Amino acid sequence: MKRLLVIDPLSARLGDYRIEELPQLLGSGDVVVVNDASTLPGSLRVDAELELRLVSAAEDGSFLAVTFGAGDFRQTTETRGTPRRLSEGERLRFGEGLSAIVTGFDPDEPRLVRLRFEQAGAAFWSALYRHAKPIQYAHEPAPLALWDVQNRYAARPWAFELPSAGHPLTFETLFALEKRGAVLTHVTHAAGISSTGSAAFDARFPLPERFEIGATAAEAIARGRCQQGRVIAIGTSVVRALEGRADENGAVTAGSGVTDLRLSARYQPRVVDGLLTGLHEPTTSHFELLEAFAPRSLLLKATEHAGRAGYEPHEFGDSCLILPGALLERLAA
Amino acid sequence: MNLRGTAAVVTGASRGLGRALAEQLAAAGARVVLVARSEKELTAAVDEIRACGGEAHALVADVGRKEDVYPLAGAAAALVGPVDLLIHNASALGPTPLRLLLDTECEDLSAVLDTNLLGPFRLSKAVGGSMALRKTGTIVHISSDASVNAYERWGAYSVSKAALDHLSRLWAAELAERNVRVFSVDPGEMDTQMHADALPEADPATLARPAQVAERIVAMLREGNVPSGSRVEAQNWRPS
Repeated sequence: MKRLLVIDPLSARLGDYRIEELPQLLGSGDVVVVNDASTLPGSLRVDAELELRLVSAAEDGSFLAVTFGAGDFRQTTETRGTPRRLSEGERLRFGEGLSAIVTGFDPDEPRLVRLRFEQAGAAFWSALYRHAKPIQYAHEPAPLALWDVQNRYAARPWAFELPSAGHPLTFETLFALEKRGAVLTHVTHAAGISSTGSAAFDARFPLPERFEIGATAAEAIARGRCQQGRVIAIGTSVVRALEGRADENGAVTAGSGVTDLRLSARYQPRVVDGLLTGLHEPTTSHFELLEAFAPRSLLLKATEHAGRAGYEPHEFGDSCLILPGALLERLAA
Repeated sequence: MNLRGTAAVVTGASRGLGRALAEQLAAAGARVVLVARSEKELTAAVDEIRACGGEAHALVADVGRKEDVYPLAGAAAALVGPVDLLIHNASALGPTPLRLLLDTECEDLSAVLDTNLLGPFRLSKAVGGSMALRKTGTIVHISSDASVNAYERWGAYSVSKAALDHLSRLWAAELAERNVRVFSVDPGEMDTQMHADALPEADPATLARPAQVAERIVAMLREGNVPSGSRVEAQNWRPS
C-alpha cells in the first residue's frame, strides 16, 4: 500500500500515513482538484538514433517535440547520445500512416522542434496510439504500457507525461473524500515532460502548458473559499492551471488558456492551499517548486525523514501532502 | 438526455444495430465515435453519416483485445471530448454453426467472453472513471434474450450475455451516487448478419429491422427514464 508523508508547514510537523487515509486529513468545505488529462503516448521513434518526445500541442494542431539521440529508456536522459540536427521542411516517418514535417526550431535550443503531422482526426489519433509509446522512466525496470500511465479518472489525452500525483488515488479513496464532505472536482492540464538530459535545456521547463477549467470546478472553488474550505491540488499541474488562471485575489473563473507560471520559494500561491505530490530529491527542479508551499528547512527535514523511513520516491512511489494545519487539526481532535 | 453535442461511442458500429444506433445518434446531433474491427465497413458507415451532415469518426479496434482499449478510449476522447454515452454493442457468437457445450472448445468460450464481457468491462473502466468524476454519463449494454433463456447450442454467447447483464447491474449499483446511469437492452431478434450466422434458416421478414430497434434505444436515451440497473426489452418498451 502506498504511503503518504504529511508535511504541515503551520505546525512544522511531519506525519506518516497511508494514501487511503487522505480523506481523514480533509473535511467539509475542502475542495480537491485533480487533473483529468489522460496520458498520450508521447515517444516517437524515427530510427535507433532518433527519438522525438512530444511536449506540447498548439491550437493550430502542431506539436512541439524534443529530440533524443541514440539509446533508450533504460538510460537516464543525461546519458543519451546527441541527436542529429533536423532541418526545416524535413519529413519524419514514425510508422505506417504517421509522419510529420519539421516546421520550425527554437532559436536557442535546436533539440526543440515544431512538428506538423500529415494526418488529422481519427487517422492521426489511431496512428499515434499505434506507433508511439508512453514516455518511459529509467528507474522503471519493465517498459510501461499505456494503461500503466493513466489515472483512473482520465479523459482527454492532453498530458505528455503522467500527472503522477493522482496515480495512487483509488475511487475508494476519492469517494471517501466526498463522504467526508470534501468536494472533488477537476481541471484539464497538459502536463509536459520533466527531463531532457541537458541541464541548460531543463532549466526552461516547464514550457508553457495549456489548461481548461470548467464551470463546475470554478464554482466549487469559489464556494469552498467562501466556506473557509481549503483548495487541495492533486499534483503540480493542477497548481499551474489554478494559479495560472487566478486573479490577484485568488478568484478562479472558468476558461482555458496557456500558463507559463513557474513555482518557486518566491511564489506566493493565491488559490491553492495544499498540494498532494510525489516525493522528490532536493536536487530536482520539482523540489524547488514545493518551496512555494513549505519552507526549505521543513522540506529537507521531510526528505531526510522519508529516506530514513523508507518512503519510495519517483513517479510510481509514495506521496506527500503539504497542507498547513493538516496535523494541527488532528492533534486538536 | 439531450443528445445534441453528446460525445458518444458505439462499438460494433460498422453494421447492424450498432451502425443504425450511430446513424441515429448522429442525426440527433451527437458527436459519434464508431468502433469496429473492419476498417472498410467502418469507413463506409462514417462517410454515410457525414454525407447526411452528422459528426462521425472511425476508430478501428477489437474491443476483445486488451491492447486496443486504452488507445480507443484516448483517441475517442481526443476526437469528441470526455465520453458522455458509451454503447457496448460489439458482440461475438463464437464459431458457427453454434454447437453444444460438450462440443465447445474452452478457447472459443474464452474468445467470446473477451469480446462480450471483458471488453465491455475494460472499456467502461477506461471511460467510466471520467464519468464518475464528472458525475454524468450513460452506459448501455446490448444484451440478448439468450441471457435469460437457456437455448441449446447458444452456450458461449448466452453465458457472456448473462454475465454482461449482471455486470451492467453492478456498474449501476456502484455508480448510482455518481449520476452515471447504466442499463442493458435486449434488442430482440433482428435481421442482422449475426442473426443469419446463428440461425441461417430464419425468415428475415419475421425479424425486426435494426433501424427500428435503434429508434427505440435512442428514444430511451432521449427520454432518460430507463431506471439505472434495469434490463429493458426493446420490443416491450413504450415511450412515455
